[in-house]
This record gives sequence, structure tokens and C-alpha cells, in this order.
Amino acid sequence: MIKGKEFQNLTEVTVRFAGDSGDGMQLTGSQFSDTTAVWGNDLSTLPDYPAEIRAPSGTVYGVSGFQLHFGSMDVHTPGDRPDILVAMNPAAIRKNLPELKQGGIIIANTDAFDAKNLKLAKYDTNPLEDNSLLGFEVYPVPITSLTIKALENTKLSQKEISRCKNFFALGLMYWLYNRPLDQTIDWIKKKFKDKPEFIDANRNALIAGYNFGENTELFTIRYDVKPAQLPKGVYRSISGNEATALGCLAASVKSGLPLFLGSYPITPATEILQYLSNYKNFGVKTFQAEDEIAGITSAIGASFAGNLALTTTSGPGLALKSEALGLALMTELPLVVINVQRGGPSTGLPTKTEQADLLQAMYGRNGESPLAVIASSTPSDCFYMAFEAFRIAIKYMCPVILLTDGYLANGSEPWKIPHVNELPEIPVKFWTDKSTYQTYLRDEFLARPWAKPGTPGLEHRIGGLEKANITGAVSYDHDNHDLMVKLRDQKIKNIAKDIPDLVVDGDEEGELLVLGWGGTLGAITEAVIRLRKAGYKVSQAHLKYLNPMPANTEKVVRSFKKVLIPEINLGQLSKIIRSEFLIPVEQFNLVRGLPFKSMDIEEKIIDLLGGKI
Amino acid sequence: MADNNEIKEVKLTAKDFATDQDVRWCPGCGDYSILAQVQRSFPDLVNVKKEDIVWISGIGCSSRFPYYMDTYGFHTIHGRAPAIATGVKISNPGLSVWVATGDGDLLSIGGNHFIHACRKNIDLKVLLFNNRIYGLTKGQYSPTSEKGKKTKTSPYGSVDFPFNPVSLALGAEATFVARCTDRDTKHMQQMIKRAADHKGIAFIEIFQNCVIFNDGAFDALTDKATKDDMLLYMEQGKPLLFGKNKEKGIKIDGAVPSVININENGNSINDVLVHDEFDLSPVRSTILAHLTDSTEFPTPLGVFRQIFRPTVDGEIERQIEEVTMKKGVGDLEKLLFSGNTWEVN
Ligand SMILES: Cc1ncc(C[n+]2csc(CCOP(=O)(O)OP(=O)(O)O)c2C)c(N)n1
Ligand code: SF4
Ligand SMILES: [Mg+2]
Repeated sequence: MIKGKEFQNLTEVTVRFAGDSGDGMQLTGSQFSDTTAVWGNDLSTLPDYPAEIRAPSGTVYGVSGFQLHFGSMDVHTPGDRPDILVAMNPAAIRKNLPELKQGGIIIANTDAFDAKNLKLAKYDTNPLEDNSLLGFEVYPVPITSLTIKALENTKLSQKEISRCKNFFALGLMYWLYNRPLDQTIDWIKKKFKDKPEFIDANRNALIAGYNFGENTELFTIRYDVKPAQLPKGVYRSISGNEATALGCLAASVKSGLPLFLGSYPITPATEILQYLSNYKNFGVKTFQAEDEIAGITSAIGASFAGNLALTTTSGPGLALKSEALGLALMTELPLVVINVQRGGPSTGLPTKTEQADLLQAMYGRNGESPLAVIASSTPSDCFYMAFEAFRIAIKYMCPVILLTDGYLANGSEPWKIPHVNELPEIPVKFWTDKSTYQTYLRDEFLARPWAKPGTPGLEHRIGGLEKANITGAVSYDHDNHDLMVKLRDQKIKNIAKDIPDLVVDGDEEGELLVLGWGGTLGAITEAVIRLRKAGYKVSQAHLKYLNPMPANTEKVVRSFKKVLIPEINLGQLSKIIRSEFLIPVEQFNLVRGLPFKSMDIEEKIIDLLGGKI
Repeated sequence: MADNNEIKEVKLTAKDFATDQDVRWCPGCGDYSILAQVQRSFPDLVNVKKEDIVWISGIGCSSRFPYYMDTYGFHTIHGRAPAIATGVKISNPGLSVWVATGDGDLLSIGGNHFIHACRKNIDLKVLLFNNRIYGLTKGQYSPTSEKGKKTKTSPYGSVDFPFNPVSLALGAEATFVARCTDRDTKHMQQMIKRAADHKGIAFIEIFQNCVIFNDGAFDALTDKATKDDMLLYMEQGKPLLFGKNKEKGIKIDGAVPSVININENGNSINDVLVHDEFDLSPVRSTILAHLTDSTEFPTPLGVFRQIFRPTVDGEIERQIEEVTMKKGVGDLEKLLFSGNTWEVN
């Protein structure tokens, strides 16, 4: 090692890679994450890409970013502000500079700072050369030309060579943060197994980047982030969408029912359909339907036929599924609907995150139409909540909506993999006895029997018309309707007896409770932990079950003088809590298409506590 | 024991398919005939057990149908029957899945599902009760109502050009397409059995009289006095003849159809098109479909086309088998622990 290159120890770092949508930033970021996870750090990621597939190069709106926060401590969020920005072009600086920490590091690919790109990024002068980056630590590196130089001897075209520049940047980052290269080299080998010339090129670019760090005079310091203290076990890095798909698959294995997914592609939910399409040898049937309505209705058909039925979508798709959801709850068939929320209304912000579909999930149907609504709170939690959704759907013969969001779906974190034998069984009983069968007979949970076509003697008819309780015959009787409306409601309410209590983290009563739901768990936790360390008295609770809520929810919220509900919407949970429990609620709402920054929540908490410790 | 207990299969009768529900269609409605023909044909379906039959419907007078069939049944929501039936069939290909639907249900709100079920060749039997009107909502024009039709929502006559369901189904690549009327009971039973035997989507348009809101819509086709000249019964391998004495025939020059009298102008039966349901070219079935409702031509009944193409439900099964053969039965533990894993001690 060249003299003078000292290691500095850090407990946490937030890195952001940014460049054109064609620069491979998502790949670079996820490679850095995987290596970092295997290295032993806890981490959390935030891919942030434009809705356009290949937005015109050099433009600010075409910038694709990937942020990750890693550390030797517990990491709950992808990080509020990056410590270091890898900028592959001027637009990446234009877009990301406002977020960068004061004094933060910028590694800039100087080759991309030509007149054309500067103009596209709306710079009159080169920010690397004027004084506009004063206060930041800027490292100008001609990444493109160094990559070209490193790959002089390959047969690849100029264009193909310059495409390898992200691996040069990645190599340099591996050097800077002292990470091994072998993980990425293995990945390159697998990815290009039929194209040896690409294996060499990408590997050489990666190594060249690493060596550049080692040999250049530019950097005098390297960083070391020691492994985190994670519980014992085997880990993998998992994104919310992959975890969701695996959770559904696990439910199929544990219930012994084949999984049927009817779905129509929509960002950011599509990946679940893609993942599940791979698991054919698990008997999974995926049906890419003609639209979202066919997605859910085919799933309802599959449920009627005795399969484990699933449909996946995002906000606009959930809107299209409303009528069919009513049919599923009226016919009391088990069905799981996964809504990966994105920015709305209408087409909104397809690739950005939001929590604004809670009220749609709760109430967005005609008639009195209660169903179960649950939400995942971290990427890996999507696995358990998808599994839980099926457990509830089958036990209570009802539709269950699982809410995740774009941030959870695309973000990833290390996941301690559970063993299959640690997962509970999902009991399923199909009715077979002819003499006792009645279509709307009810068990102790008020669930009706599941009798699937093909069973001799149980031929019966169901449908969307109101049914007489027990017999299931079409009924227009007024009192029966009143009874059925209330039974359907009670059935969902009964689920409260079957789910864990709301856990309060911190004092069980006091001045302030921060109550969250869904993907904001990380940001709230980080804020609360930091403030407690600073001596503030603040407790935290997180709802994973929205309908019904855990039985002790009222007691919890009434144990605090103030309840703060941060949400990436205009206060949808706040509305529900107020109307359910008649208590005042403090709201914190930022609807920017991005996850919360923990410092924003911190500020709000301090404000509510009047600055009092 | 089981050997001695061999029970002889008792042949079912039409009555076995009737439910205890009062049938609530208007007296004289053509739907009664369809129900009767289905109940009469079903005992003859080969290799289909009663408990394996499922009727799916949408919303409309016609969609009440499943309540009157003692099979598995699902009265769903407006327009979605083909999609729900698709889910039933894919998830359990052993079932015999039937769809009862109306012209509004299938061709208006459900048009998208219908064309895709045809294209995908889902193994469903679709019976379209075409009364050319919205019955249940009390008489508005439908996508099959003739242009100029006066209804409550078109007091000055409808300005819409109607769908021809047969040509729509053919255009959407349905693999079995037929037509019959509620009046000709024997013929309808034949069509139902043919549909049942078809592997793939089988579509039957049934001209159905709505006595209340569109009475007489098909009178010209069904009246004794006119029907011989107005109807063309298509039969496999036979020349397309019609008229009281089968003296008229359909001739095709290039792609242009005409009616000829086989006893006049030097014409003979050899000039008449011989019907071939299995013709792989879509041209002739399409020409025949367009003879419908013309003043010049008779309206064809029978099977327009039957071709064979793998079904999506079958292909899904096949892929599952192939992938399972190649990869082995899925092992969840292995899958969970695959990819980049690392151990923390
Ligand atoms: C979503 C929805 N829109 C509208 C209706 C009202 N509706 C019920 S049946 C029907 C049309 C029925 O016509 P058709 O399908 O031809 O059936 P028919 O009654 O003639 O047999 C309409 C518009 C409905 N039930 N649901
Ligand atoms: S309204 Fe017409 S279609 Fe409906 S039941 Fe009466 S006659 Fe039949
Ligand atoms: Mg109709």
C-alpha cells in the first residue's frame, strides 16, 4: 500500500450512486450492497429511478440513483443524506447535490463533464472547476477514459467498453471502503457465462478501478466499516418484492394448496409476478391476465376451485379490482390481494413510493364491505406478511389486502433466512360431507365451508346476490340482509383475537407515542432511537394490522398525552384512529414520493415535546 | 371389498340437473328453452361427471342460469364470467367449465375478457344468450341491437353499428364457433354436445327471444312461413343448400358469395359451396358469418368453424410438468437458502 493511505473507522456510511439511466447505476448499487451485506454490515437500500426506461441521456430527469446506508450498528433506513456521491455526469450532481451532506464526498466522472452534458444539466460553467462545489470534498476521476485505457486490448467495441465504466467506479468504491472484489467477479462470471470477452472486460474494469484507488495520489484516506453484530444465522439480502413472492410460495407449501396468481403488469408490483412465474416446479400457476379485473376475477375463480388465490397490483390496479373484491367478500372466498403502493392519484408517480392507498384498501368498495387489511414494515417483513395474509384469508374465508409500497418493494436489507420447518402450517379443510353441508354454514370464527367443485354431492351455487345465512339461497329478506351485513363485519372483527398485540417500544405510557404503519418503520425507529439517546422521552408503536387493529390498540393510544402519526399521505391512518377511538392525533405528512428522512420525524418529535428532554 | 361393490353407473336424466329453485324468467322467455336443452343434453356428455361441471355467469337475465342447474355454479359480476371461468379452468383443468352470458354481459362490459379467452383458447364452453337487448335493466339497446333500434335509451333509434358475435369470435381466433336458435331444440342440443366435445374454447351464439323487451326479434328466422328461405343449416361435408326444396345454394366466387338456384341458369349442385368446418383457412367461415341479417342471404346456423390449437390451460400444465421434470419438484428450503448467502456466527 502506498504510504499515507490511512484507514479511518466509521460506524455508518450512506452512499449514493447516480448517473444516466443507461449507466448501470442500479446494478452498481446492488453489487455494492451484496458485497457489503456479505462483508457483514447491516444495510438498507433505496433505488430511485425515473419512470422512463431510457430517458434522454444527460438530462436531470433521466438520472437514476441508488442509495445505500450501511454500518456496524443496526441500520433501519437507507440514510437521510449521503456521505458520498458517485456522479457519473453533471446531471447527477445537479439532481443530488441538495441532498448531499455538508462536507460530503463527490467522486465525479470528469469525462462526462463536456459542454453538451453541462448544458443538459443546466450548468453555464463546469461545477468541478468553478467554486460551486465549495464545502464538498471533490475527487475528479476520468472514469470513462481510465476504463477505455484499462480495456485497450479487448475486442469489444468502443461503446461496449465505455459501458464497463460502472464497474470501474464500483472497483474504486470497493477500494475506498475496503471491500473484497470476489463477490462481484463471481457475479460477472455467471452473468456473462456465454460471453467470455465481457467477463474479462468487466472484471478488468473492476480491478482497474480498485487499483486506481490504490495507486493514485488523489485519495489519502480509506474507510473501514466493521461488521455489525447481527443475530446468528444464515443471511441473504432480500428486496420487498422478492420476499413477497417467497412468502406467497411458502404459504402454498405450508397449506399444501397450489398457488394461482392472476395479475397484470404494473410498476412497482410487476416483479412479484415475474418471480412467481419462475416457480413452476412448485406447481405455481401464473396467469398474465388481459387487465387487472381479469387478474382478480381469475383468482376468484381459482379460489372457488380450491386453489390458493392471489392477485398483485399497485394503486390504479387496486381501483380496477374494487368491484371484484366485493364479490370475493360477498361469496366469502379466500383471496389475497397485494397492493404495492406508488405515488398517486391516477398514474401519479409510478416509480416512487407513497402510503396513500390505505383508505382505498379499507373502504374503496360499494356497500358495507369490510375485509382484512395488513401491511409490511420492512423489505424482509414482506415475506412474513404475505404468509400471514394467506393464513387469515383461509381461516376466515375472506379477502385480505396486503399493503406494501415502492420503497419496500425495491429496497433491500439482510434477511436472516428462516427454516421451512420453523414456519407454521396453514391448516386447510375442504368440506366433503354431503349430509351436513350448507353453503353458508358458519364455524366458530363465522367462516363458511370451502367446498370445491369436483366433490360429489356438494354441488352448490354462490354469487354476488345477498345470501340467506346458513343455506346460502338468494335472499331479498330485509332482516337477513341486516344480519349478513353485520355477520360479515363481525367476522373480520373477530380476526383481532387472532393477531399479536400492538407492542410499545419504550415506556408504556407517557408524553408522546409515535404510531406508524407500513414502510415508515425504519425512519421512525431511527428517529426515536436517536432522540432517546439524547434523553427525550418518546415511545413508538407500529401497526402491521390495519383492519382489524390489534385488540389493545385503543389502550395503547390512550396511554399517551400525544400521539404522532407520520404517514406518506395526508393523514389516512390519523383519520381512522381519530374516528375509531375519538382521540386527538398529531399528523406528520410529507408526500414527496420518497421515504421519510428520520431527521424530519426527529424534528417533528422535538417540536411536539416542546424541545423538552 | 371394492371389487364386489362395483356400482353400475346410473345414467342421469334431465331432471338430475334441475334445482329446487323457482325459475324466474318471464313466461315465454327463450331462456327456458336453453335451460331445457342444456338439461336434456348433459346426461349424454361423455366422460363428464356431474360434480365436475361448473357453470359461471355474469349479470343479466341470462346469467341467472347457474341457479337452475344442479351443478357447481357461480353467478358473478357483470362481464367477468369468462375471466372467472378462466381461473377455474386453469386452476383445475379436470373440471368442465361452462359460461352462461348475455349480449351486454359478454360483448359490452365483458368484451375484453371474451376476446382474450378466445385468443388464449381457454377450454371453456360459452353460451351467448343473444336477445339483442339489455333484458335485466329493462330494455336498452345492446351491442348486438340493429342500428336504428328504438329503445328507452334510443328513442330516435340507436345510432350504433352492432357486433356480429360469430365474426367477432372468429376474428378473436376462437377454435369452435357455432350458432343456433332457441326454437330449434334438437339442433341446439346437437350444438351443445358438439361444444362439450371440443377441446378449447367453444362459442355458441343462441338467438334468444326476449318476449318483454325485444319480442319477435328473430321472427323472420323462426316463422314457419319464412324460415326455409331465411335460414341456412350448415352441415359438415354437405353443400350449403336452403329453401323449401333445398333448391337454393351459396356459391363463392373468389371471396364473393352469391345465392344461386341449382335448377336454373345452367347451375348445378356442384356450383354450391361444400361446408368444411375444419377448413384451416379462416376465409370461408368469415364469409359465412357475414351473411347474417342480410336481405339477400339466409342466416347460417350450425358450426362455422372448428380447429385445434393447444389450450392455455393445457399449456400451463405442460410447462409445469416440463420444468418439474427438468428441475425436480421444488424444494422451498433450498430456494430460500439459494443465491448469495452468508453466515453470521
Ligand atoms: C357493473 C355493472 N354495471 C351495470 C349493471 C347493470 N346491468 C345488469 S344486467 C345488464 C345488461 C344485461 O344485458 P345482457 O347481458 O344482454 O343480459 P340479458 O338480461 O339480456 O340476458 C346491465 C347493464 C351491473 N349489474 N353491473
Ligand atoms: S326480460 Fe326478456 S330476457 Fe329477461 S327474462 Fe324476461 S323475457 Fe327473458
Ligand atoms: Mg341481452
